[in-house]
Amino acid sequence: MISLSDFLIVAAILFGISIAGIIINRKNIIVLLMSIELMLLAVNTNFIAFSYFQGNTVGELFVFFILAVAAAEAAIGLAIMMVLFRKSGTIEVDKLDLLKG
Amino acid sequence: MWFQQNILSILIWLPVLGAITTLLTNSDRTARLVASSFAIVNLLLCVPLYLGFDSSSFALQFHEKRLWISAYQIYYAVGVDGISLTMIILTNFTGLLVILAGCQAIKLRVAQYMAAFLVMQGMMIGVFAATDAILFYVFWEGMLIPMYLSIGMWGSSNRNYAAVKFFLYTFLGSILMLIALLYLYNQTGSFDIQHYYGLHLSMPIQKAIFFAFLLAFAVKVPMWPVHTWLPDAHTEAPAGGSVVLAALMLKLGIYGFLRFSMPIVPEACAHLAGLMIVLSLIAIVYIGLVAIVQTDMKKLIAYSSIAHMGFATLGCFMVYDILHHASAHQDAYMSLEGAVVQMVSHAFGSGAMFLGVGILADRMVSHSRLIKDYSGVAARMPIFAAFFMLFAMSNVGLPGTAGFVGEFMVIMSAFQTHFSVALVASLTLILASSYTLWMYKRVFFGPIMNQEVTTMQDLNWLETTNYVLLAIGVFLLGLYPAPVLNVLHATIGHLLSLSMPA
Amino acid sequence: MAIAAAVALLPLAGALIAGLFGKKIGRSATHWVTIVLVGAAFLLSCYLFAVIVLLGHPPVEGVLYHWVVSGPFNFDVAILLDHLSATMLFIVSFISFMVHIYTIGYMADDPGYERFFSYVSLFTFAMLILVLANNFLLLFFGWEGVGLVSYLLIGFWFKRESAVDGGLKAFIANRVGDVGFILGIAAVLTYFNSLDYHTVFSQATHLLDTTMPLFPGIHASVITVICVLLFIGAMAKSAQIPLHVWLPESMEGPTPISALIHAATMVTAGIYMVARMSPLFEYSPAALSLVLILGATTCLFMGFLAVVQQDIKRVIAYSTISQLGYMAVALGASAYDAAIFHLITHAFFKALLFLAAGSVIIALHHEQDMRKMGGLAPYMPITYLTFAIGALALAAIPPFAGFYSKDAIIEAVHLSTTPGAHYAYFCVLAGAFVTPLYIFRALFLTFHGKKHYEGTVYESPWVVLIPLIALAIPSMIAGGLLIGPMLFATPRLLGSSIFVLPQHNVLATLAEDYQGAQMMAIHASQTMTFWLALLGILTAWLFNLARPQWADSLKKRWSYLYHILVEKYGFDKFNQIVLVHGSRRLGEFFYKVCDLLMIDGLFVNGSGRFIRFFANKGRRLQTGYLYHYALAMLIGLAILLGWFVLGL
Repeated sequence: MISLSDFLIVAAILFGISIAGIIINRKNIIVLLMSIELMLLAVNTNFIAFSYFQGNTVGELFVFFILAVAAAEAAIGLAIMMVLFRKSGTIEVDKLDLLKG
Repeated sequence: MWFQQNILSILIWLPVLGAITTLLTNSDRTARLVASSFAIVNLLLCVPLYLGFDSSSFALQFHEKRLWISAYQIYYAVGVDGISLTMIILTNFTGLLVILAGCQAIKLRVAQYMAAFLVMQGMMIGVFAATDAILFYVFWEGMLIPMYLSIGMWGSSNRNYAAVKFFLYTFLGSILMLIALLYLYNQTGSFDIQHYYGLHLSMPIQKAIFFAFLLAFAVKVPMWPVHTWLPDAHTEAPAGGSVVLAALMLKLGIYGFLRFSMPIVPEACAHLAGLMIVLSLIAIVYIGLVAIVQTDMKKLIAYSSIAHMGFATLGCFMVYDILHHASAHQDAYMSLEGAVVQMVSHAFGSGAMFLGVGILADRMVSHSRLIKDYSGVAARMPIFAAFFMLFAMSNVGLPGTAGFVGEFMVIMSAFQTHFSVALVASLTLILASSYTLWMYKRVFFGPIMNQEVTTMQDLNWLETTNYVLLAIGVFLLGLYPAPVLNVLHATIGHLLSLSMPA
Repeated sequence: MAIAAAVALLPLAGALIAGLFGKKIGRSATHWVTIVLVGAAFLLSCYLFAVIVLLGHPPVEGVLYHWVVSGPFNFDVAILLDHLSATMLFIVSFISFMVHIYTIGYMADDPGYERFFSYVSLFTFAMLILVLANNFLLLFFGWEGVGLVSYLLIGFWFKRESAVDGGLKAFIANRVGDVGFILGIAAVLTYFNSLDYHTVFSQATHLLDTTMPLFPGIHASVITVICVLLFIGAMAKSAQIPLHVWLPESMEGPTPISALIHAATMVTAGIYMVARMSPLFEYSPAALSLVLILGATTCLFMGFLAVVQQDIKRVIAYSTISQLGYMAVALGASAYDAAIFHLITHAFFKALLFLAAGSVIIALHHEQDMRKMGGLAPYMPITYLTFAIGALALAAIPPFAGFYSKDAIIEAVHLSTTPGAHYAYFCVLAGAFVTPLYIFRALFLTFHGKKHYEGTVYESPWVVLIPLIALAIPSMIAGGLLIGPMLFATPRLLGSSIFVLPQHNVLATLAEDYQGAQMMAIHASQTMTFWLALLGILTAWLFNLARPQWADSLKKRWSYLYHILVEKYGFDKFNQIVLVHGSRRLGEFFYKVCDLLMIDGLFVNGSGRFIRFFANKGRRLQTGYLYHYALAMLIGLAILLGWFVLGL
């Protein structure tokens, strides 16, 4: 039988990978967006796991919300990325330092 | 009697209404007309104010009180006593002058200029009338915005530096004042300034409050060594801005001392009076010497303003020295009244001189304010030269002009306690005549050097009107100061009894 | 009361009309208006003089209005008409009237004609106010008023740099005196609680032993402090050393002004003031002694300077300073009546000398250098004659007016017991020799000898000559007429206006030997002063007409002495270098170093720079890389979580 903690461990690993993706990734903004998606998935996993083990459907409901938001976010994110690419000709994270003080 | 009861609110908000109306006009001509009529109406409103004022009473009159923010017991409360009455009339008088002068001098964004000055006028009347600390603070800070804008928008070349310097300097001071006011609120549970009197706080607290107030007011006066914003602000501001700065804004500092520092923390004032007297004397002598070497007319007049304000602060804090020596506080009347008269007379003298520099600079293509660019103006502009001589003499403190009265009263009072203080203060007789007449000489007398001077036109009717008004003020105050002094006696007496250290 | 006020206000009305509407009503209307008004003032003051002084009407005092009431102090605009002020009223309005008439001729072709009349009338007003005041405040009003008009008139030709500078110098030198004066007034107010003459004088005896702290550790007698401070004011106005520097410069003004203001009236304000304050000065031997010594020094050493001047007006100017020294000596010797007496005679003959000099100057087209004159006597007989009368009066030759007043002063000093009287006696005696020397030098250089100018010279018009003649008559006879009633009668002409302690009353001692004006003139030949005066005239003749080369060789032999005199003892240099440049240096230092560098540079802009410096360091943290921010967030979260989990 798979216990709750197994689910949580998987979610934590997913989360960790996504954070690592954000921090370590220096090349591509797409990878960054994917990492964010992955992060949301990790959260979703947690929601479903809790929902299942507690017999409560609220968690599953939330997952749908998050998926919808994530889809919208991915669409907007990619759109912004397209504009960014047109403007600056690159999507390398290392080159995008407009906020540098 | 709705009018009588709300006259102060009308005085405060009518200029603001005027400002909005002016902004709605669509031509420069109408803007000038609308703004001037509002200013004139406001000045005329002072007549019932003065006549309705009971000068035998020290109580706040024309009192209005409406709840504003109930959570903190903040009221919209206004009222006048003798000192604020004098200052309100002065504000309206100066406001009219500035608007009239602006009609002539300002060609760019006329409506906005007029609106800025009308708002400033309303805010200043608010400061003088407010009896609620928070209301006072709101007006106090609110006034900075139009002033900041007027320097920043209509100023000359280095205006941004001057505007920011002016704003930061004054703002730094007022923040500390706010803290002091909040502390007092915590002590009394009220923002009514009257409730802060006679609290008998402990000495360390009093000193802390004194210094918090001191910074706010000393910057405004300005006292040495926090005076350096003034020459810059004056030089960069448009002529009207300089007039308001000199004639009114500097007085707010003294007014603050009279309304807050002295009655709220009398023991600290008495304890630190020596320091204040020394600072005032430094202002008189040091600044007088600095004024001698100025090459820019506006800077020179600005420095002379600081020196003259030194007399006002000297008069305020000399009181404690006199009370220390004399038994009855009757003897201190003259010192304090001298300080208030000095505030009024300085408004006439320096205001007129700043207007004069504006008049001169307008006639130059380069708008130069440098003394060396002028010479022999008297030959081309005799009427202007005569008027300017009068105001220069008022600045010098010649008997018969307004400038003499305050200086005389303060020197007389100073001698009562310390010969040395009187001696140092009276050095201004030499210094003031040196820098004022030295400037006058180089600008008005001598042969004409600059070709531009040969084409200068004498005053037109608007400028003449302005100057006639000011000349009347200078002579009236100089020859017959009783109308001003009469409204002061009761208030000053009450203020002195509040300001006596226990 | 009303008449007295009218005397002062009539010239004011004239000044206002001439000043405000002068250009509209035209030249002749302007001078008619002002002259008629001043003339009316003169007639009224004659009437007042007759009523108060001759008929012995008691002094009149009255308040016009309350100027300031503040606490226990009350400052009024109030006038006092007693013997002294009535006499001064008469003199001032007379001289002013003459000068008004003379001005028509002298300023005929000046573009500032109306302005000039306005100023002169305004001056008359201020001077009359000064004289009429019954308290220190109004006295100060008039005092400053005459100072202002003097400034305006010296700089009347404002396109001339030197004229404007002279005016400025006069004003500032007078302000230096005013510092003393206003402090003196403050001292009076502090110790008497009033500024009315009457109250102050009547309480003077209460304060004899009171002292006051001046500076920490230094105490001084109150009366002495008051008197010395007031006298500092008088020093500036009456051109006593070292505040005399402005008077020679004032000669840059038009000549009528030199006559009216800088010889006859304004400069005597200081003398008048001290005489008026006699009830205070009498109780302060130290102050009297100071007045005596400074007066004596001024009298002799300024006389020396007149000998080396080349400008005819400057000769008379230094002579004025020297004569003011005589008056101060008389004050110091408690012979106040003699001081006022000399003031009166001096007003006549010095105004005469100036106006006569002015007549020469216009005849020579505004040439003032005596080296470019000479031999004018045949061409300008009336001017010559009147100038000679003035010179004889100044030189104290009997029976001219100056003889009586100066002789009375010299005798009074001789008898005086004030400390310093011996020195003063020496100075005034030596002065009796120097005075004729310089004035006859001027007379000889101007009217005798060879012509040093080109073109022909004509006598001046009648408007110029009438005042000359009108002034020449009192210059001849006023001394003999007035000496009896003014100095030696009981009661004296000035009556109770002057207060003298019995032990100081030198004039009373002199009166014992007085046998009338004629006898005094006849006995003059037995006094040293007379022979000294003759010797002075002789010397002047010798060195300027008979043997001019002697003067040159003298100059060469004593060149350094000559140099000192030409440099005016270095007062001007000292003022210029130490005071003017010194204060400018100090101002420069305060402005450049303290204000701009320290306060603005270090504190104001410094705090701005300080914040910018740290902000610059701080902004390095903002790399702009997303992953840095993310990492920072993570670390922050970790710390926060750790704190919550471990801490709780």
